[in-house]
Amino acid sequence: MAMSLRQQNLHEHQPLGGRIFTLPLVVCILLVLAAVYVLAQRYAFGIGYVANINDGYPWGIWVAVDVVIGSAFGCAGYVMAALCYILNKGEYHPLVRPAVLASLFGYGLAGIAVLTDLGRYWHFYHLMMPWYAQPNSVMLEVGLCVATYTIVLTVEFAPALLERFGLEDLRAKVNKLLWLFIALGVLLPTMHQSSLGTMMVIVGHKLSPLWQTQLLPVFFLMSAILMGFAIVIWEAVLAALSFKRPQETPVLKKLAYLMAVTALAFVALRFVDLAVRGQLGVAFGGPKASWFWLETLAMLGGGLILLPPRNRGRTRSLFIAASLLLVAGILYRLNVYLIGYTPAIGPWSYFPSVKEILVTVGIFALEVGLYLIFVKTLPVLHAVHSPAHATLSASSAKHG
Amino acid sequence: MPDGQVVNDAEHIGDLESYENALAGLNRRDFLAYCTGVAATLGLEPGFGVSIANAAVAAPRPTVIWLSGQACTGCTETLLRTNHPTLETLILDTISLDYNETLMTGSGHQAENWKQQAMKANWGKYLMVTDGSVPTGAGGNYCRVAGKTYIEAVKDCAAGAAAVISIGSCSSWGGWVSTGVNPTGAKGLNEIITDKPVVTIPGCPPNPYNFLSLVLHFVTFGKLPALDDKMRPKFAYGRLIHENCERRPHFDAGRFAMEFGDYGHRQGYCLYKLGCKGPETYHNCPSIGFNDVGQGTWPVGTGHPCFGCSEKGVGFTKSIHELATLKSVAPPNTYPAVATEKGQGMTPGAAAVVAGIAGAAIGAGAVIAGRLGKQDANAERDAPTDSDAK
Repeated sequence: MAMSLRQQNLHEHQPLGGRIFTLPLVVCILLVLAAVYVLAQRYAFGIGYVANINDGYPWGIWVAVDVVIGSAFGCAGYVMAALCYILNKGEYHPLVRPAVLASLFGYGLAGIAVLTDLGRYWHFYHLMMPWYAQPNSVMLEVGLCVATYTIVLTVEFAPALLERFGLEDLRAKVNKLLWLFIALGVLLPTMHQSSLGTMMVIVGHKLSPLWQTQLLPVFFLMSAILMGFAIVIWEAVLAALSFKRPQETPVLKKLAYLMAVTALAFVALRFVDLAVRGQLGVAFGGPKASWFWLETLAMLGGGLILLPPRNRGRTRSLFIAASLLLVAGILYRLNVYLIGYTPAIGPWSYFPSVKEILVTVGIFALEVGLYLIFVKTLPVLHAVHSPAHATLSASSAKHG
Repeated sequence: MPDGQVVNDAEHIGDLESYENALAGLNRRDFLAYCTGVAATLGLEPGFGVSIANAAVAAPRPTVIWLSGQACTGCTETLLRTNHPTLETLILDTISLDYNETLMTGSGHQAENWKQQAMKANWGKYLMVTDGSVPTGAGGNYCRVAGKTYIEAVKDCAAGAAAVISIGSCSSWGGWVSTGVNPTGAKGLNEIITDKPVVTIPGCPPNPYNFLSLVLHFVTFGKLPALDDKMRPKFAYGRLIHENCERRPHFDAGRFAMEFGDYGHRQGYCLYKLGCKGPETYHNCPSIGFNDVGQGTWPVGTGHPCFGCSEKGVGFTKSIHELATLKSVAPPNTYPAVATEKGQGMTPGAAAVVAGIAGAAIGAGAVIAGRLGKQDANAERDAPTDSDAK
């Protein structure tokens, strides 16, 4: 096993190949087309024509889901780069490239989602103009940081493209500078993921005491790390399953342990925070307490499943735990941005319209579709030469 | 001053010099201002202020004999609170208050003799005013003054009165002493004096200016103002409190205080649902207020529902928080909400889409978990010693 790990550590990636237009991709394309149709309406007739966002809820799911949750999905590259290059855990290397790819899509599409949500989108470039900047704005920090990080991710992913098109000289040059971008790639998400939490500190009493805390930036950073881990495991398990590749269980095992610790620490810190703020009672019968428990139980469940070492070696437990933690992270961010939020002068109500949901679904479908195309045509997943694969293919040949 | 009043003033303005020093402490200007104020209270043209002024200084001043039955003296007390005119102006200069048990200095035989003399001297011309109900139980013995029951006293006095006025709810229709088991058999004066019209000024206490306006109307014109079927002056009791209430727009918009101190109560919403009897009580409280301190100085203005003190069958009869019987517009069964719901909530379509996505995710997750479970089982069977090796 140790041997195979070392072999996997070699910088070998290769395209999967195979048929591009599979059924999942066609479904994704159809969903994207539906979103494009709605977005055409949005730009022709205005946001109010397609979305239910209003003066009480100026941020709907296009911000809460597409940007806040979408960018957390994009934290796979962040945690893997931190583990692999900052903490120098080389054994995680096979997981880095697919993670960076997922991040690139997560962040790139979050940026596009912001454009759909901007009322005066033709002014979007004002963000980059220092003379328009309000340097104390946490929103400016998030906007600039996300934009920069998208560029950084593109550079981080560039070696895969350059490899594919045989531009070895350029690749060598990029590799020399890559350390800088990797460092930035770890710094930037730490900044803006916590700032996403700070953004809701500002809304004050409009956010339920179950979620409103000065620790929001800490919780957002932790949930970003957690969702980043979960996405890596999810993606690795699903890719292995659907592309019939060997599972990367030995690497995932260690990741799973880190994930379980993070999840349980998150829950513990949540309760400590509630107790210190004297708001524990709100969790028992207070408004929206059920959403708090849904989120906390999913988090606790995901963490506890992975505590027994045996479970960490089983792909099913890994998948279920990663799914639960993803759900917990999604719920936490949704709770902070939409569900736990009550506009001051109301009563206002908001629920996304079907068209709004179609755009969100379309953006996620675009991510999945692009991922499917990229892993088949570009060297993203590591090459499979391991003895494990050899035995697996041997056994399948035997069965065949 | 409106143009039309100039001619009216010009006709009467000739003898104004005679007012000089006619009223103690008042100069001519103040006095005319006061008379004009009285005219306004009566709903008369400002020019009638001069007529009132002429009547008020004419000698001899009309004699008033004031009798008190089963009363709390609140009606006399309320009269003490007036300041345009002040009480002393009224009783010393405008009228001649010859008998009032609370205010007169004399007592015993002296007081009784003075009453008899005043009645005899002004027989057929004096004003009779009473506050308090008439006890009829136990042969009228619950109230006896100078050897006569109150029933006999009012009958004797009414015989020579030019006009009989009941002030306060007790005297007008029995008031609080007549409610419930009524052990003294308390009745309003109009049930005892049946051969003469008894003008009533109900209220607990009534607004003193309604009484003053009535008296000055009588002094000025020698006749009573227009009265309604309950013998109340129409200028004061012609309209429901509800009609002139400053909270009426809230009633019409369906904005109600539901309990004391709630949001609506603090916002000054309609008090109907707290039991306000304004919709069935005829009075001018919202228009003239109390104590001369400006707008809003009346019970509803301060946030307490009207309890209908002046209306027979309402005040002291219905409980304070019982809903009023609406005489005019009845509120609908449902109202628009105090705060309108804004924004688009959940639609069935959106809910279905979200439920579909959640269902698909759970379903796909279950299928994947199942397949992974099989894969795990295969892997463990193929490599049974894997965990041992570690």
